Amino acid sequence: MPLLPGASGARPGDGAALPVRKRGAVSTAAARGPAPAVTEPPGVSGPGARAATAPVTGATTAHAPATPAPLAPRARLWPALGAVYRAQLSRARVARIPLLFVATFQSLGIMVLMRGVVDGGAEARAVVAGSSVLVVAFVALNLLAQYFGQLRASGGLDHYATLPVPAAAVVLGAAGAYASFTVPGVVITAVAGSVLFSLPMGGLWVLVAVIPLAGAALAGLGAALGLLAPRAELATLCGQLGMSAALLLGVLPGGRLPEPVQWVRDLLPSTYGVEALARTFEHSPDWGHVLFDLGVCAAVGVVSLAAATWAYRRAAVR
Amino acid sequence: MDRPTGAVVRTSDLVKTYPAGRTRRGTPGTPPVRASDGVSVTVHRGEIFGLLGPNGAGKSTLVRQLTGLLRPDSGSVHVLGHDLVRHPDRAARLLAYLGQESSALDELTVSLAVETTARLRGLELREARRERDTVIEELELGEIAGRPLKKLSGGQRRLACVATALVGERPLLVLDEPTTGMDPVARRAVWAAVDRRRAERGASVVLVTHNVIEAETVLDRVAVMDRGRVIACDTPGGLKALVGDDVRLDLVWRERAPLEVAEVAALAADAAMSGRRWTLRLTPQAARDAVTAVTGGPAFAALDDFTLATPSLEDVYLALGGRTEGLVKA
Repeated sequence: MPLLPGASGARPGDGAALPVRKRGAVSTAAARGPAPAVTEPPGVSGPGARAATAPVTGATTAHAPATPAPLAPRARLWPALGAVYRAQLSRARVARIPLLFVATFQSLGIMVLMRGVVDGGAEARAVVAGSSVLVVAFVALNLLAQYFGQLRASGGLDHYATLPVPAAAVVLGAAGAYASFTVPGVVITAVAGSVLFSLPMGGLWVLVAVIPLAGAALAGLGAALGLLAPRAELATLCGQLGMSAALLLGVLPGGRLPEPVQWVRDLLPSTYGVEALARTFEHSPDWGHVLFDLGVCAAVGVVSLAAATWAYRRAAVR
Repeated sequence: MDRPTGAVVRTSDLVKTYPAGRTRRGTPGTPPVRASDGVSVTVHRGEIFGLLGPNGAGKSTLVRQLTGLLRPDSGSVHVLGHDLVRHPDRAARLLAYLGQESSALDELTVSLAVETTARLRGLELREARRERDTVIEELELGEIAGRPLKKLSGGQRRLACVATALVGERPLLVLDEPTTGMDPVARRAVWAAVDRRRAERGASVVLVTHNVIEAETVLDRVAVMDRGRVIACDTPGGLKALVGDDVRLDLVWRERAPLEVAEVAALAADAAMSGRRWTLRLTPQAARDAVTAVTGGPAFAALDDFTLATPSLEDVYLALGGRTEGLVKA
């Protein structure tokens, strides 16, 4: 530090008192070789030189400009949503194992286990549909709740909060990406389940609607839980509980459950995704009911994503 | 150095108290912390303004209030003429902020992190990609542009985060310890890039640091903070003038101080001792005499190293009554 031009420049009369060398090292800064040159950026003169001309005190004498400076434009919703979605999708390359495979293995395992117990009919349809939607619950509800919970706890939300991006773009972009992560797992599970339980595959095209709608409902719920939970561990816990509920209440056929549990089942948004998919395994599906179930998913999706957007705004400014 | 006047940032009497921690069974709760205690600072246009102080001094709390992330309990924050207490959402359209956390970007590649941030700062795709390429070249990130942030070393990751803060033009940059963990080459690239924005576009910079060397070399003015208060605010030179003409003499002995030498024994009375290291604050004449004494005769044989230096910001900080444990001198 004594070698810096600023330090000497500030004290012109003290030449004799300035650094004296012994064994080549004058100060810790000098001992590190290139450091003094580096800490002096090009174009920035030493502080001592500046002292003569810059204001001497930090008193608030200067006033803010009379006219406020123009604001930079906001990021528009759709381009920003696209950018968040793309960035989130790319995370799958880094975290691909939990995102894409764990959920699928879990569902395949459940179906293999249930194969020994269930022998076709309504139960088989419920098992396959429940296991398929479980992939959505695992990724969109559980992992997204964890993601937002950790982001909030670590202060990572500050990054988005200090960019002029609509809250909905961040929430929808992340929710959309997590719903997209479920696509391969849901398809693999549904096809494998149909083969395992000898179910017709003609109605599987309905997954085109089930995945985004159940995905929206569960991802919205997951995002809201993650953003509202006061601690990251609680967000993780809520996500796990939600997924466990989707597992137990989705895979087991509704008719067999006690009445209070059936009410809980009716409250869970994943149930409607399960029912819609289960109906399409029937030989002549009741498309009116399928449409109703998907409508419930869509409505819950709208509400939960709106709640998640609200929760994001609340979490972003503390 | 002549530059247009006008306040870019003006805070007055900012107060922010973090509530007391809740008590759990067996452990006492933490008391409330007044992280900003009547902070008034003004940053002028084109200025690199520093906040210096150890951890917990209230620097980050202050910048979080400047960036609309934290609402003060009382007081005002004006940035470029906008009232950010009333309109915290405007901060994102006036300034770029580099926080201490990178968890939002950790799993993205450097290139995508910069591009996405540019897009979210409102740039069109083509423009965002052009700025991304420019900043990556400017900070010499080309070789690691395709790697995810979390696979990088701490300094490289920090540099990538700086790139996200620099992309997309803003008249004010708020940087919270931007060079933490960086090697000298990266630091130089950062300061060159920051200075370019100031010289070419008139950008102003608010910089949080606890590195006194950095503070002395890059800052136009420094607010020294301690326990939520600004205890001094001036140019580094002006601050150093506060501690007068005294110079600092550091002596490091090989094994132990040769107290049998009369001159050394006399110095011992005024020295702050830390193991083999003595620190003395002396007038220039007394320092010259002391150097003469310890560099000759038997004292020299016992001496391992010594440094004679004009006052640093650390001395200022100490003289103003601050705690120095948290300050970095490298």
